[in-house]
Amino acid sequence: MLKILKYSIQDLLRSRWSYVYFIFYLLLGFVLLFLNNNMDKAIITLMNIIIVLTPLIGTIFGVMYYYNSREFTELLLAQPIKRNKIFIGQYIGISLSLTLSLVLGLGIPFVAYGLFKSAIIFDFVLLLIVGAFLNFIFVALSYNISLSTENKIKGFGYAILMWLFMAVIYDGLFLISLVMFNEYPLEKFALAATMFNPIDLSRILILLKLDISALLGYTGAVFKDFFGTSLGLLSSLGVLFVWVILPALNIVRKANKKDF
Amino acid sequence: MIKIEKLNKKFGKLIVLNQLDLEISSGGVFAILGPNGSGKTTLIKSILGMVIPNSGNIYYNGESILKKWKYRKNVNYLPQIANFPANLSVKELISMVKNLRNEPSNEHHLIELFGLTPFLKQKLGNLSGGTKQKVNIVLTFMFDNELIILDEPTTGLDPIALINLKSLINQARKEGKTILITSHIMSFVEEISDEIVFLLDGKIYFKGSINELKTQTNSSSLEIAIANLIKKQYA
Repeated sequence: MLKILKYSIQDLLRSRWSYVYFIFYLLLGFVLLFLNNNMDKAIITLMNIIIVLTPLIGTIFGVMYYYNSREFTELLLAQPIKRNKIFIGQYIGISLSLTLSLVLGLGIPFVAYGLFKSAIIFDFVLLLIVGAFLNFIFVALSYNISLSTENKIKGFGYAILMWLFMAVIYDGLFLISLVMFNEYPLEKFALAATMFNPIDLSRILILLKLDISALLGYTGAVFKDFFGTSLGLLSSLGVLFVWVILPALNIVRKANKKDF
Repeated sequence: MIKIEKLNKKFGKLIVLNQLDLEISSGGVFAILGPNGSGKTTLIKSILGMVIPNSGNIYYNGESILKKWKYRKNVNYLPQIANFPANLSVKELISMVKNLRNEPSNEHHLIELFGLTPFLKQKLGNLSGGTKQKVNIVLTFMFDNELIILDEPTTGLDPIALINLKSLINQARKEGKTILITSHIMSFVEEISDEIVFLLDGKIYFKGSINELKTQTNSSSLEIAIANLIKKQYA
C-alpha cells in the first residue's frame, strides 16, 4: 500500500493543479495577513474560506483523480496487489497531497508573519487539522461517488451536487426546519443535524476553540451548552473522525465488488 | 493450468458469460475469438480477478482464484487500452511496475527491440497510440512468468513492431509458457496460435485447432471459418 500511496502522491505532485492550489493558499495567506494586519481576524476569514473551499477542492480532486487514473488503476489491478490496498493507497495519496498544499500554502505566510511567537498558534493548528479532516472526508465521499458512477460527467455532477448540498443547501433546509418547528424543543435535533454535516461540524469546532460567541449561532450555542467547550471540541473531532472512517470503509467495500 | 467451471457474469440485464466451462492446459498459444461483445475481455478479466463473476469458479493450478491476489505473480497481462498516468515518463513507469512486482526483469532488451530508447524520458501523455502500445508490450514481456494474457496486442503497431511481437510470442511458446490472446486480426491469429477458443453467446462454441475448425465449417481459410461461425449468431 505504501508503494501505491507514494506513486499517487508523486503523480499528484507533478500535476499543475496541486501547485495552483498551493499557490492559491500561499497568496490567500499573505493577502489576508497584510490586509488585516492582525492574525486573529485573518484566522476567522480563513476559517470561512477553508470550510467551504477544502471540501470543494477535495471533491473535485477526488473525482478527477479517480476518472483520470482509471486505466492506470486497471494496470495495478492486474498486478499481484490486493484490491483494498490500491484504492486505500490512492485515497490516502490524494488526501495527503491536498493536505500538504493546504498546510504549506497557509503555513508559510503565517510562519513568516511570526506565528510561533503568537498565542494564536493553537487556533491556527486546529484550523489546519480541520482542513485536513475536510480533505480526507470529501475525497472519500467523492471516491465513493465515482466508484459507483461509470459515467464521468454524471460522477462529476453528483459530486458537485454533494458538495453544494453539504455547503449550502443543508444549512438552508436546517434553518427552514428550525423556523417551521420553533414551537418544539429543537436542541437535540439541532445537535444531531450538525453531526450529519461535516462542514457545519467543522465550523462549530473552530468557533468553539476561537470562543467567539457572536459567531457561534444557534447550533454552536446549543453545542457549547450541551458539551461545554472542551468536551464539545473532543466530541466534534471524534465525529469528524467517524466521517473519515465510514466512507473510507465503504470505498473498500465498493472496490471489492466492482468490475473493471 | 486454468480451469473454469460454470462461470456466469451479468452486467445489469445483459448476460455476458453463461455457464461457461473451459480448460486450458499448460503450454501453447490459445486464441480467444468471438464477435464484438461476446465476452472475450470479460473472460480474460475474470481470470485476472478484475471482473468478479456472479457464480462459478476459476482454478489456477488447481486452486480457486476468486478473491485471491497472490496468483497474479505468475501472470503477465497486456490490457486492451494502453493508457498510463500522463505525468509519468516511460522510464518512471517501467521502474514503477518493476518496483511493484519486485521480480527480475529484462526490460533493456525489449526497450531496444521496440526502439523505445529515445522515448524513455518523455511523458506518457505525449506518446502516440502505437508507442504507448509498445510500452505496454515491454511492461508485459519484461517479466518471466508462466501465463501471459494479451488483449488485442496488435492495436496500433507498425509492421516491424508486429514482427517483433510475434517473435516474442513464439519465444515464449518455446519456453513452454501459456499464452492467451484475443485479436480480430485473423492472419495474426492463424500465424501464431496453436488452438482456437471461440466464444459465442457467453459460451465456448468451439475449442480446437485451426484445422479442426476449418474442416468443421467447410472453410478454406480461418477468416471465412470464423465469419461462418459469427454468421450463425446473426441468423
